[in-house]
Amino acid sequence: MHTLDEQALRKAVTDATLACIHDAEVFLPQDVKSALKAAMERETDPVARGELANIRANIREAERLDIPLCQDTGIAAVYLTVPPQLHVSALLLRDAVLDGIRRATGSVPLRPNAVDPITRENSGDNTGVGIPVVHSSEGEDLTVTVLPKGAGSENVSRIGMLLPSQAGSIPEFIVETVLLAGGRPCPPVVVGVGIGGTFDLAAAMAKEALLLPIDTMDAYEQEICDAINSLGIGPMGLGGDTTALAVKVMKAHCHTASLPVAVNIQCWACRRATRKVVV
Amino acid sequence: MKLKTPLGEEILSLAAGDQVFLSGIIYTARDEAHLRMMKDGIPFDPAGAAIYHAGPVIQDNQILAAGPTTSARMNSLTGFLLDSGVRCLIGKGGMDESVALSLKNRAVYLAFTGGCAALAASHMELKGVFYPDLGMAESIWIIDVTDLPLVVGIDAHGGDIFADTNLRARKRFEVWRSGRDGTT
Repeated sequence: MHTLDEQALRKAVTDATLACIHDAEVFLPQDVKSALKAAMERETDPVARGELANIRANIREAERLDIPLCQDTGIAAVYLTVPPQLHVSALLLRDAVLDGIRRATGSVPLRPNAVDPITRENSGDNTGVGIPVVHSSEGEDLTVTVLPKGAGSENVSRIGMLLPSQAGSIPEFIVETVLLAGGRPCPPVVVGVGIGGTFDLAAAMAKEALLLPIDTMDAYEQEICDAINSLGIGPMGLGGDTTALAVKVMKAHCHTASLPVAVNIQCWACRRATRKVVV
Repeated sequence: MKLKTPLGEEILSLAAGDQVFLSGIIYTARDEAHLRMMKDGIPFDPAGAAIYHAGPVIQDNQILAAGPTTSARMNSLTGFLLDSGVRCLIGKGGMDESVALSLKNRAVYLAFTGGCAALAASHMELKGVFYPDLGMAESIWIIDVTDLPLVVGIDAHGGDIFADTNLRARKRFEVWRSGRDGTT
């Protein structure tokens, strides 16, 4: 009986992961689509308008043909919520998620992106040593969330170990990161920021911040977003009014002698999807 | 303006910011393909050729998704292609000053909208492959394109829309930062 339950649970987590990856790769969330539409409506630069029109046509084409929005189907970050009363091994959940990713590689399909860091040998199925990273936290339901991240935007992300006295300079560090990235991360971008924590937690928060809805920003986030847009980098770095769709910040307490700040840039294809696991 | 590969001197009249529509055969190439070509020679006729910085998703000999990759990764790997007669590089994000200099009077850099892989694929038909052992993303795929909509990023006379944008953004950043210095 116990074994049967575990098998059913495992299959349900695999199925939910597979469904999530398909949803994320093919359909952009409504808040992201709305932000792109609003950007198009206020854009004054003709080249930028052309780029935003291509992006919106691409979103429609991916939905119509049921194919990935971008050929860089990314490496997925995976977030699980697990109800406290559910006694399940972390290994089982991880194995089930990995099975979902392997199946998605063939069925969505995904481009095989996972390689050995030195030999560059491709694993062929988007899994490998240490990846995908699977985060888990307590939650009411058992859910799977995936955040597939392409390399163009991941590669221009940055972490800084600032001095505690430099808290006022955090916006400069964030805006400068977007400036240095220029057109490479496929703007208009969503900027995920992790402030505080430790070296590793700051980076994890910066990525997790990309899961937050982008249709609202607090005053701090809005000020930074406005500063980024005043630079005029524009869609694809070709110039224009919209460089960032949103800035989203997550914070954690940190050591009194530390101030980690991580900036994880996300391209316009701010892909994410969540599914409840139904056993 | 409509362009057709193999490209000739018509590309010399293009100016940064122009929109063009490209048709004909193009070749994908990323980091690994560039390294292989430098070692073993170019497996296609480079005269008038167009190189597309892309690693498409291919299934059952069909192109499902084929947006551009970040061209800057190929900055130091591109000179030999231009020396051998390649007339056009296609990608996203622009390339550095050394490439802009190499392009002068002979070739152009065209930008396709990053991430627009489904839109790109709708303008493409797969014709063949070189170096399939490099894997899906790094192989050279031979693709027939029809009216692919592109923007001239770097022209053959030194015009560079990315460099201009970067310079302006850097100046605006310095102004914004110095304004903040007074208030914090």
